[in-house]
Amino acid sequence: MSATQADYLVAGVLWIAVVIYACFAGADFGGGVWDLFARGPRKEAQRRAVSRAMGPVWEANHVWLIFLITGLFTSFPPAFVRLAVGLYLPFSLALLGIVLRGAAFAFRAHGAPEQRTTTPWGLAFGAASIMTPFVLGACAGAVAAGDVPANPSPSFDALVGVWTTPFCLVCGGLALSICAGLAAAYLTVEASDAGDSALAEDFRRRALLAGAVTLVLAIVTLPLLTTEAPGLWTGLTTRGLPLVIMAVVFAAAAGGAMYSRHYRLARLAAPAQVAAILLGWAVAQAPYLVPPDLTVDNSASPPEVMTALLIAYVAGAAVLFPSLLLLFRVFKGQNPAAA
Amino acid sequence: MSEYLAGRAQMGTSLAFHIVFASLGVGLPLLLLIVEGLAYRRKDETWRLLARRWSKAFGILFAIGAVSGTVLSFELGLLWPGFMKYAGSVIGLPFSLEGFAFFTEAIFLGLYLYGWDRLSPLAHWLCTIPLAVSGAASAWFVTTANSWMNSPTGFKLQDGVVSDVRPIEAIFNPGTPIETAHTMISAYVATGFAVAAVYAVGLLRGRRGLIYRRALTVGMLMGIVATPLQIITGDINARWVADYQPAKLAAMEGQFQTEKGAPLRIGGIPNPGAGRTDFAIEIPAGLSFLAYGDPGAVVKGLQDFPAGTTPNPVMVHISFQLMVAIGFGLLALSAWFLGAWIAARRQSKSGRRVFPGAVTVHSRALLLAIGAAGFAGFAAVELGWMVTELGRQPWVIYGVVRTSQAITPAPGLVWSFVISTAIYVGLAVALVGLLLRLAAGTRGGGEAEIAAEEAA
Ligand code: HDD
Ligand code: HEM
Ligand code: HEM
Repeated sequence: MSATQADYLVAGVLWIAVVIYACFAGADFGGGVWDLFARGPRKEAQRRAVSRAMGPVWEANHVWLIFLITGLFTSFPPAFVRLAVGLYLPFSLALLGIVLRGAAFAFRAHGAPEQRTTTPWGLAFGAASIMTPFVLGACAGAVAAGDVPANPSPSFDALVGVWTTPFCLVCGGLALSICAGLAAAYLTVEASDAGDSALAEDFRRRALLAGAVTLVLAIVTLPLLTTEAPGLWTGLTTRGLPLVIMAVVFAAAAGGAMYSRHYRLARLAAPAQVAAILLGWAVAQAPYLVPPDLTVDNSASPPEVMTALLIAYVAGAAVLFPSLLLLFRVFKGQNPAAA
Repeated sequence: MSEYLAGRAQMGTSLAFHIVFASLGVGLPLLLLIVEGLAYRRKDETWRLLARRWSKAFGILFAIGAVSGTVLSFELGLLWPGFMKYAGSVIGLPFSLEGFAFFTEAIFLGLYLYGWDRLSPLAHWLCTIPLAVSGAASAWFVTTANSWMNSPTGFKLQDGVVSDVRPIEAIFNPGTPIETAHTMISAYVATGFAVAAVYAVGLLRGRRGLIYRRALTVGMLMGIVATPLQIITGDINARWVADYQPAKLAAMEGQFQTEKGAPLRIGGIPNPGAGRTDFAIEIPAGLSFLAYGDPGAVVKGLQDFPAGTTPNPVMVHISFQLMVAIGFGLLALSAWFLGAWIAARRQSKSGRRVFPGAVTVHSRALLLAIGAAGFAGFAAVELGWMVTELGRQPWVIYGVVRTSQAITPAPGLVWSFVISTAIYVGLAVALVGLLLRLAAGTRGGGEAEIAAEEAA
């Protein structure tokens, strides 16, 4: 294996971690959104469903982020440093959200049951679940636009300006609506498996709403892409085109399946759409990790490190995937006790 | 407060917060393994109830450990980009391996917490094994990274470019064996005495019941087994520091002048202005003997290192003294507890029947001491880290990169420090309140709860 191949392999593994984090942890954040906006006669049932769905898995889902961060600073230190310096403020905000969200969830889930939803922790849980995906989406926008500065001027304008362009804000909104949509799609299945079709209906409406918002935001993003991230736009319309088409197909399938109450199909199509979008972005942006200048090759650690890391990944995967499978089978499988 | 100081303070606060949960994350799974194992083997409902109660608290503690640890992995870059650009490729590997340990921990924790009714009792108990192993493994991996900061090996650094990286050599740097051993054992010491302390306080307040005596016993036994190992590894650790980080040793011992047959100073406050340590009890030639095994050995003093390469000894010396004092204090407590137990066994006619935890019921003094040990164990952990981290200054990578070169150029670090500290304080307060409320809901020996469970 050549050094370049190893570099791309590691980058690929890390990008897969991004996809998994978005599809699983993203839905956990989305769950927080629906917790905050629980409405109607089944308000408490909605919240219980969110909490029951997240409880056993959210911490495992969260580890993908740590996997990603540690993998990035091991294998592409200049990219990690560039992001940490250039996006100091939004990352700090995302961390704030991660801490509050996790603490609030744990306090509520394992704390005194009589005051589960009305406490300030309930609010913190919801608000943090909104802030984190939004801010991370905006950061993704800043990266895609090639706006993360190499030597940021140490001023607050520079701290804030980078990730609050219209393009970044739309990306943030997109990330949020996608997370909310994923959560609602997963929850329809859990509710209908539990035999609660009224609750499934609640989440179906929410999934359709989130899907509509995502669609609008996606349409807004396209013209912005041509001016804000022309390189990415070119990539998306050439190399990335097959994945873009797949994303559209999956999106349509998810929407159609949800509309016609084929919840299981929607639960597959929704994350497939997210995966296609993220992979399309990666393919369109390659070889750049952090445009305009940091590429997979020019920021990779020495080859000995990449080889060691790949060996570690293979060994780790042998432990990780069987355990994950067990976790999801026990709690998400067709388990009559799941009700 | 300068931006640089704020950055250091924020890192220190975040780590000091995290280490509490990290230590419990190493220690509690082992206790769960023991307690639930006893419940399973003996079909004993009291042991089982104990495991159930602990698992609730553990669920909350783990979540706080996970989020505070996440903050740390970001902070390495957010606060110390000038460190990570060199360290990332050299010492990133153990962090990445640690990631797999975290996965294992989080997955089996999910199974454990939510699986009481879905897994068979045996399968449920078996989940504690990967929990205990991965908790210990994650502590091992992250400590190798810290040990590398103390004794960096496995790379070349020339003109700001890292090359010739040997990641395995970096993981197994000279400090690794002793620092990882001392750190991992400290988690069992701190957790053991803390758990015992919780039940000692309960007993002091007049609660009775089998569950209190049992819980106190298990916690004490873990602390009692770990404490001598903690002191032995601490002694080896100090001798290692003498060889590899002589400036840190001088700071730990308040040694300003280079001296043949240097004394061991007990207590005392270093006075950098005057270049001496005041108010210490000095044991002649003690330091030379302990550090180098030779009463006549020369110990280099802080004043004889090149200017700008030594730490400020005040905090380092005081922290070290307190850690060692706590270590011997815990050893004395262990002897007291065991002594009381043996005496009680001699007195009782039926011999073996006396349960270790039962002896405490009649001794308020012993219970008070155990209650204090619960705090002392964690205090020693924090103090030990102050020795390591403050004693390494002004270096972030010992002898290679200065901390001042590593700090981020981003503005607003003072604000960031103030806000993050406020959040940690708020979280700590909320957490303690929540745990107290949980405990209040489970008063009594558990007989009622067991009956309720059996009826259900
Ligand atoms: C329960 C906690 C506890 C107790 C009772 C002790 N220690 Fe400790 N010590 C730690 C917990 C700890 C720690 C928090 O785990 C540290 C921080 C870094 C490390 O390796 O372990 C530490 C660091 C540390 C260091 C600095 C290592 C370095 O900077 O590389 C030395 C020299 C010692 N210890 C020595 C001792 C001695 C001689 C003790 C005798 C009583 C002792 N410790 C008791
Ligand atoms: C969890 C227990 C730990 C505690 C309580 C702790 C404490 C501290 C403190 C107080 C500082 C500030 C020192 C100063 O600037 O004067 C610091 C700095 C730092 N620590 Fe630790 N530390 C711990 C473990 C670790 C570990 C395991 C690592 C490994 C990667 C680490 C990496 C760092 C870094 C990179 C800095 C900033 C640079 C520096 O000040 O030298 N720490 N820590
Ligand atoms: C010696 C000091 C440290 C020890 C012993 C330690 C150990 C642990 C343990 C046992 C956990 C599991 C969570 C729990 O049980 O509550 C944990 C979580 C974590 N630690 Fe630390 N840690 C230390 C310092 C650090 C440092 C310096 C970093 C990062 C730079 C870090 C990063 C993390 C992360 C990211 C998690 C979250 C994992 C999850 O989501 O499960 N830790 N740590």
